[in-house]
Amino acid sequence: MRRVVPIGPYHPLQEEPEFFKLIVEGEKVVDLEINIGYNHRGHEFISPTLTWDQVPFLVERICGICSDSHPYAYVLAVEDCAHITAPPRAQYIRTIVAELERIHSHYLWLGLAGHFIGYNTVWMWVWRYREPLLDLFELIMGNRNHYAINKIGGARRDILQEDHPKIEKYLDLLEEKNKMFTSAILDDPVILARLENVGILSNEEAIAYGVLGPTARGSGYAIDVRKDDPFDAYDKVDWNMIAFPEGDVLAKAKVRLIECFESIKIVRQCLKDMPDGPIESRVDEIPPGEGIGRHEAPRGEVFHYVRSDGSNKPIRHKVRAPSYMNIASNVVAVKGYSIADAALVLAAVDPCYCCTDRTMVYENGKRKYSGQDLLRLSHEKTEKIRRRYRK
Amino acid sequence: MNIVKILFQYVVFPGFIFTGVVGLFLTWIDRKVTARIHWRVGPKWFQPYADFLKLLLKETIVPEGSSKTLFLLAPLFGIISMSIFAVMLFSMNFNPTTTFIGDLIVIVYLLALPAIGIVLGGSASKNVLAGVGASREMTQYLAYELPFLIAIATIILKAGGSIKFGEIILAQQAGGPFLYSISGVITAVVILLTIQAKLSYVPFDIPEAEQEIMAGPYIEYSGVALALYKLGRAMMLFLLPLFLISLLWGGFADWWAIPKFLLIIVLIVLIKNTNPRLRIDQALKFFWLGLGVLSIIGLVFAYYGL
Repeated sequence: MRRVVPIGPYHPLQEEPEFFKLIVEGEKVVDLEINIGYNHRGHEFISPTLTWDQVPFLVERICGICSDSHPYAYVLAVEDCAHITAPPRAQYIRTIVAELERIHSHYLWLGLAGHFIGYNTVWMWVWRYREPLLDLFELIMGNRNHYAINKIGGARRDILQEDHPKIEKYLDLLEEKNKMFTSAILDDPVILARLENVGILSNEEAIAYGVLGPTARGSGYAIDVRKDDPFDAYDKVDWNMIAFPEGDVLAKAKVRLIECFESIKIVRQCLKDMPDGPIESRVDEIPPGEGIGRHEAPRGEVFHYVRSDGSNKPIRHKVRAPSYMNIASNVVAVKGYSIADAALVLAAVDPCYCCTDRTMVYENGKRKYSGQDLLRLSHEKTEKIRRRYRK
Repeated sequence: MNIVKILFQYVVFPGFIFTGVVGLFLTWIDRKVTARIHWRVGPKWFQPYADFLKLLLKETIVPEGSSKTLFLLAPLFGIISMSIFAVMLFSMNFNPTTTFIGDLIVIVYLLALPAIGIVLGGSASKNVLAGVGASREMTQYLAYELPFLIAIATIILKAGGSIKFGEIILAQQAGGPFLYSISGVITAVVILLTIQAKLSYVPFDIPEAEQEIMAGPYIEYSGVALALYKLGRAMMLFLLPLFLISLLWGGFADWWAIPKFLLIIVLIVLIKNTNPRLRIDQALKFFWLGLGVLSIIGLVFAYYGL
């Protein structure tokens, strides 16, 4: 007998709005329907209404976890359009922040993965060691989240020499703890029993679905923008791309855990090699044209496209987040496993719905709302709420 | 007079009220120890009581299309069986001569009732997730009952073939606790893990996996009915370790029972916090092939008097 087990739109598994319709026979998942699009935030619409320098503050609010990746990709796109490069010191600063963000994002996932298999101790411990990293962000950039480090043609803030020891101290702590987590997770037979051979996404399927980031590298599909199309300091430091061929949840976890070591390595080298000099270059105007920016966010490649007509605003800004590609691969990864595994497999791609969703409504094959309509609807809703609470 | 005394036993001490109050306190110990393991602060001691009172004041919602009577009666299975169990446990320990033939079998049945209550409640609530949870509970019950029964048989064998609970305690008072032997240790491990499953604690919280099926059988429960479920679980947390002490560690009629009891509680909480949740098929395999074989080994050792 086929039944539908709903995961979402609101579910304790994933705190963001998404809807996975698991079609099950007994405990076995035979099919999956993915329904996303519950988020409407209108970033791509708002972006052309802002000036070039205001957009980074907007796009870093696309996602709280990748709040460095989106502005990073955006400034790379604009720099590509304007044919400028950031000064070397700024490149190193941006690389350091991006790698620290990768560690914090992977730790977030690791903690949640522990929670999803009912191992709350892992959750709490991992997040405990993620906490000082957020403090470190506050120290370097003034904010625990939404760091606002990226600026067209440079970085907004310098990493001071006196902060280096604090960063190094944290990296030492992190390296030790990451070793502890790696061995604790890879040596625990019960965890292995839950993660191994679960949710296998084969190499061919990974390529067919065009998955990105750790999801792809966990399936032996070794792609990484930082290696394939290096930018900023990534080709000036020594690091390895981590890939495992198995394609199961364990492989994805291993990729993320070992990538944290690589990130630590990159940050250390960057701190050591960071040249002196200015942290920003003067950008007078963005000439007409178009540009793309690619950055390896913790979840995979994030892609930004901008088009300029020579004015002070982008006339088009397109964002593609990695989760959009990764979520679709759940259809093959989840089939044939039990409901208990499904919960884990759906979360294993580290989905980020606020990155993914920028709504479009289609009815009978036609676009129902334009950007203007959505804005109007949003204003009406706000007014309605206001009226209700004013009474 | 006699009826008043019996009623007092079932309702006040050591039955419903006493077991419930102590049980809720133990859930606080569980939460506090868990929180400390997690590097959290944890709740104040009165938190479980506050939770319980709050639930009593909330509206009880019965889902549309469910079997109303069964839905509301199901939580009572656990409470009633645990109250009776408490009275038996205490009277056997403090006055072993009150035993009667086959009371151990009655206890085994009483211990099965909470699980049956959960299965009935989950099935009655007409929710897909509750249905999945109920079927998981049923599977898990079948899984852990096999090693549990073999372990009980081992104890009966060690007590000289007596199925009287009181005589098991008397035998231990005369010849030392059963725990201090190879078969005793094996049986204790088996029963401890079975208790973990009976309490639905990690790694065996499969029927109510929050992240998978959102509390499973309890998903539709609210208000008083949910409070009663929680209370039943709290009472089990109190009584099952006591049952283990009575079976294997010489009963709890002396002060030494308190450190023993706390040790078992801490063990349960530690197992809960150092394991991820198993899948239902893994749990079945673990109980039948792992613990089942282990308990049979214990039985063989017990047969040769080890």
